[in-house]
Amino acid sequence: MYVAVKGGEAAIANAHRLLADRRRGDRSVPALTLEQIAGQLALAVDRVMAEGSLYDPELAAMAVRQSRGDLIEAIFLIRAYRTTLPRFAASSPIDTGRMLIERRISATYKDLPGGQLLGPTFDYTHRLIEPDMAGDGLVAEPVRRDPGEAGPAPRVMDILGDEALIEGDGADDGVEPTDLTRSPLAFPAPRDLRLQALARGDEGFLLGLGYSTQRGFGRTHPFVGEIRIGEVEVEVDLPEFGFPVVIGRVRVTECQMVSQFFGSKSQPPQFTRGYGLVFGQMERKAMAMSLVDRALRADEFDEERRAPAQDEEFVLAHCDNVQATGFVEHLKLPHYVDFQAELGLLRTMQREHVARSTDGTSPCGAGQPVGEGGEDVDE
Amino acid sequence: MSEASRNSTPDPQAARRRAVSAFAQADAGFLDAAWQRLGAGRRVGALRGPESGLVMVRGRAGGGGAPFNLGEASVTRASVTLDDGAVGHAMVLGRDGTRAHFAAVFDALWQDETMRETVEREIVAVIEAALAETDAKRRSETEATKVDFFTMMRGED
Repeated sequence: MYVAVKGGEAAIANAHRLLADRRRGDRSVPALTLEQIAGQLALAVDRVMAEGSLYDPELAAMAVRQSRGDLIEAIFLIRAYRTTLPRFAASSPIDTGRMLIERRISATYKDLPGGQLLGPTFDYTHRLIEPDMAGDGLVAEPVRRDPGEAGPAPRVMDILGDEALIEGDGADDGVEPTDLTRSPLAFPAPRDLRLQALARGDEGFLLGLGYSTQRGFGRTHPFVGEIRIGEVEVEVDLPEFGFPVVIGRVRVTECQMVSQFFGSKSQPPQFTRGYGLVFGQMERKAMAMSLVDRALRADEFDEERRAPAQDEEFVLAHCDNVQATGFVEHLKLPHYVDFQAELGLLRTMQREHVARSTDGTSPCGAGQPVGEGGEDVDE
Repeated sequence: MSEASRNSTPDPQAARRRAVSAFAQADAGFLDAAWQRLGAGRRVGALRGPESGLVMVRGRAGGGGAPFNLGEASVTRASVTLDDGAVGHAMVLGRDGTRAHFAAVFDALWQDETMRETVEREIVAVIEAALAETDAKRRSETEATKVDFFTMMRGED
């Protein structure tokens, strides 16, 4: 039986009006501007762009504002927005080797060409709340130093690669990459699809999984070969021109994780690698992504898949926070009829139980599970 | 930023590519003001747009391997025609229709050989100089955070 229930329109309308009021807060306090959000909460905006899978700082700032700072809600808004737009083209793959570097560090080479550039990092701060943050004091201009005529900093991987101590990037076979926004996720998933899913995956989920690999659940024994953050040009080959043109720049974070050796009969032992690439300044996410990317490559290195981070279906099917939110939060929706059905079943079972115990025929104790009646059946 | 965008070259395709790449990264207000100055009296017809859409930005596995889809970026494209028949196109990151419109207008004006040198000098070069200045500032700020390692002697000798 299906019972339609109506009602709640006025309550919903008033709830949304109340939400708008609470979102704005005290009217005597100036409203946040998009410039303030994009400029001063830049890393929140970066996360919304990365996991919303749409690079547009102004739009991400609007989403952060609308969602009252609930970043997963903001990511949801961005994902919904992107479905309303046509896709004009795909870019040429960005060249991170030509990045305008704002930060670049390596934990494997102290004296790498181009140097260790700390950039605007939280590292080495004391993690104590600064009393100055309560006010709006003067902030000093950054120190500048002439970088000279240095060319693009070579990627660390190319240094190790020259000695054949580390596996290469793999070949570009010219095949069009798969796109999980156009075709459903299927297993086994090729690496390009995995990287796309990880790049838009939830930072917290991937951080936990990456951490688990370090703690022994799919041990990878990693080193940070290189992290670099900065702007890269986006180039698109447009038919109206007949040649690729630069349409602007995006900021990205790239992490090259160097991992344990692997050798075979045909190959000498080499370091293996995990790769992380994310929109915006998102170092933690890029690192977590590279750990999980490496863990998911288990089959390539004949590693047994025993840990969650190595389980492709587990990782890819659960790393998307918009999907996860949808299914977890749907539990809030009315389940009145489902629940009534279960209540009825449970009452019947209890009556039978009482009848059996007064007969003296039941051997069962009070702790017996209620069985299949406890399952969610509305999927 | 790229080599191609810094060295001038006689190849007209490379020159247009460089110019279009500059228009795409210019400020809408700058292009608007420049058009009032250089385009006076010219009529612009809209062929397409400005319309917003997406470009799928790709990366490469490992940085240099097979391409994968990193995520989309919002873009705006426009195509215009000038009264001399020249057709200009533009695609720019973001949702600024004015910027896309004027970027297309200047692509069309650049194709007028009598105007090319002026556009190169007063628009392309100016945009490139502004980008180079911003980049140089950021590079020097980053450079100041470079670690200068020194070794401390320990022990007796």
